[in-house]
Amino acid sequence: MDSMISLTIDNREVEVKRGASVLEAAQSVGVYIPTLCYHPSLEPFGACRLCVVEIEKMRGFPTSCTTPVAEGMVVHTDTPQLQQLRRSILELILTEHPQTCLTCPKNLNCELQRVAQYIGLNEISLPQLYKELPVKEDNPFFYRDYNLCILCGRCVRVCQEIRGVGAVAFTYRGSQALIGTAFDLPLLQAGCQFCGACIDVCPTGALIERSRRGWQALPERSVLTTCPYCGVGCQLRLEIKKGRIIGVTPELEAVVNQGQACVKGRFGIAEPIHHPDRLTTPLVRRNGKLEEATWEEAISQVAQRFTEIKERYGPDSLGAFSSSRCTNEENYLVQKLARTCFGTNNVDNCARI
Amino acid sequence: MADPRKTELADVADIWLNLWPGSNVALLNGMMQAIIKEGLENKAFIAQRTENFDELNKADYPPEMVSKITRVPAEKIVEAALLYARAAKAMIIYGLGITHHTTGTDGVMSLGNLALLTGNIGRRSTGVMPMRGQSNVQGACDMGALPNMYLGYQPISDSEVRTKFEKAWGLSLPQKPGLTSCEMIETMQQGKIKGLYILGEDPCQTDPDTDKVRRSLESLDFLVVQELFLTETTNYADVVLPAASFAECNGTFTSGERRIQRVRKAIAPLCGKENWQTICLIAQAMGYPMSYSNPAEIMDEISSLAPIFGGVSFKRLEGNGLQWPCPTPGHPGTEIMYTEKFSRPNGLAKFNQVDHKPSAEQPDDRYPLILTTGRRREHYDSGSMTRRCQGILQVWPEEKIEISPMDAQELDIIDGEEVVVRSRRGKVKVKVRVTDKSPRGVAFMAFHYQDALTNLLTNPALDPIAKTPEYKVCAICVEKIPQEAKEVVRK
Repeated sequence: MDSMISLTIDNREVEVKRGASVLEAAQSVGVYIPTLCYHPSLEPFGACRLCVVEIEKMRGFPTSCTTPVAEGMVVHTDTPQLQQLRRSILELILTEHPQTCLTCPKNLNCELQRVAQYIGLNEISLPQLYKELPVKEDNPFFYRDYNLCILCGRCVRVCQEIRGVGAVAFTYRGSQALIGTAFDLPLLQAGCQFCGACIDVCPTGALIERSRRGWQALPERSVLTTCPYCGVGCQLRLEIKKGRIIGVTPELEAVVNQGQACVKGRFGIAEPIHHPDRLTTPLVRRNGKLEEATWEEAISQVAQRFTEIKERYGPDSLGAFSSSRCTNEENYLVQKLARTCFGTNNVDNCARI
Repeated sequence: MADPRKTELADVADIWLNLWPGSNVALLNGMMQAIIKEGLENKAFIAQRTENFDELNKADYPPEMVSKITRVPAEKIVEAALLYARAAKAMIIYGLGITHHTTGTDGVMSLGNLALLTGNIGRRSTGVMPMRGQSNVQGACDMGALPNMYLGYQPISDSEVRTKFEKAWGLSLPQKPGLTSCEMIETMQQGKIKGLYILGEDPCQTDPDTDKVRRSLESLDFLVVQELFLTETTNYADVVLPAASFAECNGTFTSGERRIQRVRKAIAPLCGKENWQTICLIAQAMGYPMSYSNPAEIMDEISSLAPIFGGVSFKRLEGNGLQWPCPTPGHPGTEIMYTEKFSRPNGLAKFNQVDHKPSAEQPDDRYPLILTTGRRREHYDSGSMTRRCQGILQVWPEEKIEISPMDAQELDIIDGEEVVVRSRRGKVKVKVRVTDKSPRGVAFMAFHYQDALTNLLTNPALDPIAKTPEYKVCAICVEKIPQEAKEVVRK
């Protein structure tokens, strides 16, 4: 059986793998269909209804995220009728979403804004509802402001499908529906492991790291690097503003972690690195006390003392401990230092510890 | 899932083998015997890819006997064994619960035997994988920061290899194998080691038998520690050099799956120097011409000296990195090892039958409980970084010794009460968490906090081959602090 399927999307010939959804087929050739509940890491959900399309010889307006491709399908993603439908749906979402974009940390980085721009809404004809929910500050890492929640369910699904935890779920029904924990317990007691996956998939500002409030919301630049904690090797994006790390986002494209991180990688990096306790100048012990010294003074004392010991007691009286927390290049140089300058094989790292 | 403690994984496991600390080898032998008895061993794989199966076959570990040693019901051992053996592909993932024993090497060899027995190696989603606790455990060993190996596991005892490095580094190199970190600490007090350079390690918090480590470091003539923060170990340093964090350096880490990935400089080093520059400065001041213009150049030297890294360069590490062995610049890297041959001269894997041996220290009347140590998910090793995160400290504000409800009842101790924990080496004052995560007779502590230095208690007995200490088993007693004593303290 041929595993590739051919179809037409907006008059373009598209070939995709059998089993792909119409939405994925469209995305594969760069055709934009607005969505809010779809996320590439998650199972299709079909909740937001924004990704509706017209498919010839098919009744109604199927959601493209839940419709699998079929041979010879002819799909239209941008007809006046579809746009009208999407405008109505968006209008309903926006009547419950506060229009406080200018003070929202997600401003300019918000999926709801992007979708609204694409659909283009002139006015909201329905009355505005404000849920008046208190912002939940029941955990040390992020805020939960469910006034901004559009009930796309991504946080619930990532916690269940990807993390296997299920700390949050839909609670209550109908217009009262909300995301919450069992018995409305604080996250600290609800089994949350604070991996932060829910923050990444949230399309709005409902879930926001504490570190991203106010002016720190948008970074100047980001640097892709490897997590300094365990040996899984998660790829993380460090977001930088004015020389400081203001946020950490795991890389979706990385084969190792595929957009995931743990509490240490996500919330445990910026603080220690910018901590006032960080040593920034060399210290030399004088009269029993460690006191600040210049690099020149410290390095020359190190070299002099090691050379004296080596001359007096022989090279095997010296040793070096390298570190599994250091880079390959640093480890290579430490063992080279021990074997060349010290003249000993007394070199080890903390792998045994 | 095999673990003495009821960890979160126990909740999701089909079978939880709640074995007694120190009985890994017995459990694995029991599982293998059960597989052989059912005729589920992979006969074709054993015939074509292995040797010395007879030795394993002869071993005598009936489930009832294994059950006595491990305290796991015999049926559960058999059931787990058959589940593993019947899987089309099965992987073994292990952690320090295997290696932190005086029988750690034996435990790893037994895992190898189990994988070979069922042919679960050399294919995708099979194999034996150690979980690496630190970002670059793999890389630190790969780079030859080991007393008996150069870069890329080339033995220092091989004169041809040595000649190669002597030529590349421009001087003659020592032939005598060096000492491991624990052995160095062991011999310091005898005056054999006089000067030590420690980069990014805190043995006074993380090595076993803290009192001994302190005395050893005290006996040194000269100690240099390079660190991000002041630590327990810097107390003994003559010179402390500031270190740059991972966010301030360019370089590479190698993950547990042998994947070399880039570490990229995100901000300027707070201390003004990247760590490779500091190491070069020390070498230069000692009269050796060590000089590079950037870490990419260091990687080029690495790839020129080790066949397994021959094709690795910073340029090729964009994207998802490279898994070694990667011998040539055109080589795509190696995702799966041993697909056709094992790395022995005849290409065959060898079964090494190992027998159960008890842990070095056993509980007795004076020290009736077993202490097993480990980590908390939210914290990282010595805690120098994670203890400086307000959020993480809210999740785990302090260390508590975890004991079972039965033990708590017998000791007349309640949850949250402060106790004194004593071993043959030291004592620690700490609060108690009463939890059914701990089985009766087994207590648990992590070692992330400076005010509860768990390693004052642990046993420095080493595995004879790997020289890894037995962090997972030591005998302790938990003492209730008498009410009067508490009142005196309060006054």
